[in-house]
Amino acid sequence: MASIVEGKRILILFAHPSIERSEVNVELLRASRGREGVEVVDLYAEYPDYRIDIDREQDRLRRNDVIVFMFPLYWYSTPAILKEWQDLVLEYDFAYGNEGTELVGKTLLCAMTAGGPEKAYHAEGFNHYTLRELLRPIEQTTSLCGMRFLAPFALFAARKAHEEGRVRRHVDDWLQLLEALREDRVDLEAASHAATLNAALDQLLPTTRGASE
Amino acid sequence: MTDMLLHAFIYLSAAVVAVPIAKRLGLGSVLGYLIAGVVIGPLFGWVGDEASELQHYAEFGVVMMLFLVGLELEPRTLWSMRDRVLGLGGLQVLLTAAAVSGIALAFGMPLRSAVAAGFALSLSSTAIVLQTFQEKGLASTQGGRSAFSVLLFQDIVVIPMLAIIPLLALPELVSAIATDSGHGSDAGHAGASLVADLEPWAAAIVVVGSIAAVVLGGRYLSPRLFRMVAATGLREAFTAVTLSLVIGVALLMILVGLSPALGTFLAGVVLANSQFRPEIETNIEPFKGLLLGLFFITVGAGIRFDVLANEAGLVLALTLGVMLLKGAILFGLAYLFRVRHSEGWLFTLSLSQAGEFGFVLLSYSVANQVIAPEYVPILTLVVGLSMFLTPLLFIAFDRVVVPRYARDREPEREPDPIADRGKVIIAGIGRFGQIVNRLLTANGIETVVLDRQVAQIENMRSIGMKSWFGDATRPDLLQTAGIEEAALFVVAIDEPDQAVGIVEHLKHRHPHVRVLARAFDRGHEFRLREAGADYAIRETVGSALALATTALRELGTHPFRAENLRATFEATEAQVDDDLYEAWRRRPDGERMGHDYRELFMQLDAAMADAMQRDRDDRHTRAERGWTPPPKSYTDDLEEEAESND
Repeated sequence: MASIVEGKRILILFAHPSIERSEVNVELLRASRGREGVEVVDLYAEYPDYRIDIDREQDRLRRNDVIVFMFPLYWYSTPAILKEWQDLVLEYDFAYGNEGTELVGKTLLCAMTAGGPEKAYHAEGFNHYTLRELLRPIEQTTSLCGMRFLAPFALFAARKAHEEGRVRRHVDDWLQLLEALREDRVDLEAASHAATLNAALDQLLPTTRGASE
Repeated sequence: MTDMLLHAFIYLSAAVVAVPIAKRLGLGSVLGYLIAGVVIGPLFGWVGDEASELQHYAEFGVVMMLFLVGLELEPRTLWSMRDRVLGLGGLQVLLTAAAVSGIALAFGMPLRSAVAAGFALSLSSTAIVLQTFQEKGLASTQGGRSAFSVLLFQDIVVIPMLAIIPLLALPELVSAIATDSGHGSDAGHAGASLVADLEPWAAAIVVVGSIAAVVLGGRYLSPRLFRMVAATGLREAFTAVTLSLVIGVALLMILVGLSPALGTFLAGVVLANSQFRPEIETNIEPFKGLLLGLFFITVGAGIRFDVLANEAGLVLALTLGVMLLKGAILFGLAYLFRVRHSEGWLFTLSLSQAGEFGFVLLSYSVANQVIAPEYVPILTLVVGLSMFLTPLLFIAFDRVVVPRYARDREPEREPDPIADRGKVIIAGIGRFGQIVNRLLTANGIETVVLDRQVAQIENMRSIGMKSWFGDATRPDLLQTAGIEEAALFVVAIDEPDQAVGIVEHLKHRHPHVRVLARAFDRGHEFRLREAGADYAIRETVGSALALATTALRELGTHPFRAENLRATFEATEAQVDDDLYEAWRRRPDGERMGHDYRELFMQLDAAMADAMQRDRDDRHTRAERGWTPPPKSYTDDLEEEAESND
C-alpha cells in the first residue's frame, strides 16, 4: 500500500434526480469533486436504473470514515435512490446484527437543501418539525449501525438562494467543513448535538475561523 | 497512344511527387501542383505545347468544382448572399478593371486594349482560391464566404466580358491577319451555338428556357433518375449518371452562350437538398480533384521562363503592382462591407491574384484583335505568376494574420456546451436505426442518417429527417456526411461484415468518434468489439428479454420480482459475455471467418450454458439478495442489549 492518505477519508453519496435543474446541490457536487481523500458518487448517474451494486457500495463504506448523504429534501426525506441505497446496502451482518460491525465508529452527516425558510421547520412553522426531527429515521439507522450522526449541513429557502446570492457562501462553508472533517478538526461531540452545522460552524472549527477573526 | 500514356504518366507522377512534399512543408497542394508543372515544363522540358491544349480540358475541373460548391449551398443560403455577390463582386470587378485600364492607358496602351487588359486582370482564380479554402477549411468563414461571393460574380461577368471584347477590336489590328485563333477557343463563343443565328428575343427565350430546364430538371427529374440508378446498386452507373449530368449541364450552357461553371453551380444548388447529395459529391470529387490538379500543373508548365528571363524586372514589377492594386481595392471593399479583422485580411489576400479566366480573356482579346500580340506573353506571365504567389499569401495569412488576431480574441470565447456535443451519424435507418434516431432527434440532438435503401431515405425525408442516400462503407462518403464534426457514430446497417468494416475504418481514421454498433449475434458482437466499437449490442436481446419477463409475469411471478430476475440474468450475461469474449480473442488463428465458425459458435453456446448453470448453483442468492430481511430472531440480541443498558 504505497498511497496511504493521511486524514479521514470521506465518501459523498450524491442524490439528485433532476440535476439539470439543480442550482445549489450541483455546485456542492462540483466543488467536492477531485479533492484528495474525498470519494464522490453520483448515485443517479451510476445507477440510473436503481440497480445498486451492493458489493461495490459496501466496499466504498469500508474504505471511508465519514459518509455524507448529499441531497435536496424531497417530501421531508431523501430522494428515492438514497432510501433504496439504505435498503440494499445496509445489510444484516454487514451494517448491523451480530456480525455486522463494518460501520462502527464511522460518522454520517446529511448535506442537504430545503425549500422552506428556516423558521418553517419549527413546531410553530408550517412544516411543524425541525430538520433534525425529520431526519430521525436516518439518525436511528446510524445509531443501529454504531455510527455517529452529525447535525445536517443545510441550506434553507434553497429555491431562492441563487437569486439572493447565497450559494457562493454556502459552497465556501461546505469546503471549509469538508477540509476540517478531513483533518479531523471538527468537534464531533458538539456537531452531533447542534441544530445544523452551518449555524455552529465557527464553534465547530475553532482553529481556522476563530483564529482568523 | 504511347504519347498520351507517357504524358499522363509524367503529369501524374509529377503530381504524386510534388504534392505530398508541398503538403508536408505546409505549402498546400496548389503550390505543389504549380511547382510540379514548372519542373516538368519549363525546367526539364518533359512536356511541351500540349500543356496549353490540356489546360482547356483541365478547366473543366473548375466547372466541377463550382458544381460541388453549389451542392454545399442551399438555395436559401445563396439567396441570402445576393447583396454580397452583386455589391461586393460588382464593385470589385468594376473598380479593378477601371484602375487597371487607367494605369495601362497612362503607360501608353491604346484605350481598347487597356479595357481588355482591365477585364482580364480584374478576375481572380476560382480554382486556386476555392481549392485552398476547401483544403484549409476556410470556406464557411465570413472572409471565405465574401471571397466566394466575389468569385461567383466574376464567373457570371466573364460572359458579358467575352461579348464585349469583340466590340473593342482595334482597326489597325483587324487589318492585320488574324493570329492563331486556335488558342482563342473559349467557353461560349467558339463552335456550336444554339443562339448565334436567332433573333435577340428568341435567343433570350432559349437562354431563359435552358436555365429553367436546369432548375426544374434538377428539382423534379434528376431525383427519379438517381433513384432508378440507385436501385440497380451499381456504383459505376451512379458515377456515370452524375458525370453525365454535370457534363450535360455544362454543354447546354455553352450552347446557349452562358458560363458552364455558372450552369453547373446552379445545378449544384438545386441538388443541395437532395437525399443523393453526399453520394453525388463523393462521385464527382475525384474527377474534380484530378482535373484541377492537372489544371494547376498546366499553369505551372505554361510559365515562359524565356520571357521571364528577358523581362524579369518588368514582369515582376507588373505582377506585384497588379496584386498590390487588387489587394488595396479588396481591402477597401472589405472595410466597406464590414468584413473586418482577420476575415478582411483573408478576403484581401485570397483574391489579389489574377486568374484562369485572365488566360481566356487575353487569348480571346488577341484573337479578336483587341490587344497587340506582343503584350500577351508578358500579361499571361503576370497572370501565371500572380497565381503562383497566391499560395504564399495563404501561408502568410496562416502564419502572420491568424496568430495575431487569435491572440486578441482568445479570452472572450465562451464554450457552447450544446454545439460542443457534436452531431450523431447513423448508418442504416431500417427498423433498428429508426428507433435510435427517434429517441435522439426527439431530444433535440442533430443526427445525420445514411442508408443505401432509397425507399427508407424517402420515408425519413417525408417526415423531415436529415437523411441521405449513400453507402456508409465508403470512407469518402463519411467525409461528406460530416464525420469530422461528429461526436458519435451509430452503426445500424444490416450487413454484418460491412458493419465490422465501418467500425475498423472509423477507429483507424477517426479515433475521436465514439462508435456504437448494432450486432447481429454474439459472434458479430465480438467482432465489432474487436474492431474497436465502444459499445456493441445484439439487436434482439432487449426485446427478447422484455418478452421473457412478460412470460414470467404471465406465469404468476410478481412483476417486481420478474424485473429483478431479468436484471440478474442480464448482469450475469454481461459478465459471461466478457469472459467469452476474452476466450474468443485467444482463439487459434483462422477460426474466425472459415466454416469453423459454426463450431466456434457451438462452443460459445456450451460455455454460456455452463456459465448459466454455475449461476443457478452458486449465485442463487444474487436475485434474492436485495431487500433481504434480517433473520426472524434478530431482535433478540438487540433487546438483550437494550436491557443490559438500562
